[in-house]
Amino acid sequence: MDSQPRDAAYWAKNVTTLKLGQVPAEAVNLNVTGRRVVGPVQGFGKMWQKTMRVELVGADVSPAEVIKTWKAEFQRFWPERNWFYAPLEGIAPGEVALLNLGLPGRMKLSTGVLVLYADDESFTLMTPEGHMLAGWITFSAETVGDVTVVQIQALERTNDPLYELGYVFGGNRLNSRFWIQTAENLARHFGVGEPEVDSQVLCVDRRRQWNKAGNISKNAAVRTFVWTLGTPVRWLRRPFIRRRAGAS
Amino acid sequence: MTEGSLITDVRELSSRASVIDFKGDVTASAEKALADAYTRASGKFTRTIVLNFSGLEYMNSGGIGMLVTLLVRANRQRQRLVAFGLNEHYRQIFELTRLDEAIGIFDSEAEAYAEADAP
Repeated sequence: MDSQPRDAAYWAKNVTTLKLGQVPAEAVNLNVTGRRVVGPVQGFGKMWQKTMRVELVGADVSPAEVIKTWKAEFQRFWPERNWFYAPLEGIAPGEVALLNLGLPGRMKLSTGVLVLYADDESFTLMTPEGHMLAGWITFSAETVGDVTVVQIQALERTNDPLYELGYVFGGNRLNSRFWIQTAENLARHFGVGEPEVDSQVLCVDRRRQWNKAGNISKNAAVRTFVWTLGTPVRWLRRPFIRRRAGAS
Repeated sequence: MTEGSLITDVRELSSRASVIDFKGDVTASAEKALADAYTRASGKFTRTIVLNFSGLEYMNSGGIGMLVTLLVRANRQRQRLVAFGLNEHYRQIFELTRLDEAIGIFDSEAEAYAEADAP
């Protein structure tokens, strides 16, 4: 029999498809439950490695304390118009979170993430089918010299040709900006007045995986848009549905 | 070669296949050790690289990222990666991250070598 490796407690276990727990009534809950996670191998577009690092200069805080705060208040550090509905159990291996992301034109995208890995000094989120990106993103902190350094590192491809088109025309830059802002917000929380985020964006693989173009059938942005178009119809149907439920 | 707490060893199976033995921890800090091992394992005619994970003691998400990068490099050279020696825990991680769809996983060394030597 295999003895348990040191990392056993940190990884999600027995996840085949995602299952979302309770979410607030105001959240748009689409494109999560029943979806499989996807890594860079399953994505469509060019593969990117994005690394954002910020030094918490002057902050007397350990890497473990940073990660504890980050896990507990993940949403707080995100840019405006984006919502991370944390699982009830918090950011822990195997938990699933709902995301409602603001898109250009006041549109919203509903998708989710799986907590793939979490230990005291890092945690990793992995995306599901339909998310704009196929891959994972790791949030970590370490001590370098006397300073605690925070890092956000993503390894990702866009999931389908439509997202890739958006990525080419500004989406890539917006995505990088999203994580730079997150790092800045976190640094400010720990008292860094003017955080300087070092950002490195590296194209790991220039090939597009055309055999994954069919991923577009699960595109969460398209599905959320269609759902949004149906909102007036759902409003009109609501009293009848309530009446029928009351009668039965 | 030792980098961080990962030790790698490279063996040539044939002109078309090499083995990289892993011992220790596969994390982001193993990047240089992995890159060096790949360079040594990758000859002009190498078509398959066999990853021996029998000595794997620890892996985090950074380590999985390193393996994806290794896979990209191999694919660029029209090489394939196969693996053996994964215990149940690491096999599950390969399945969860869906790396098993790109890296062939075998139960035994003999099966992996047979695959590596297959035309």
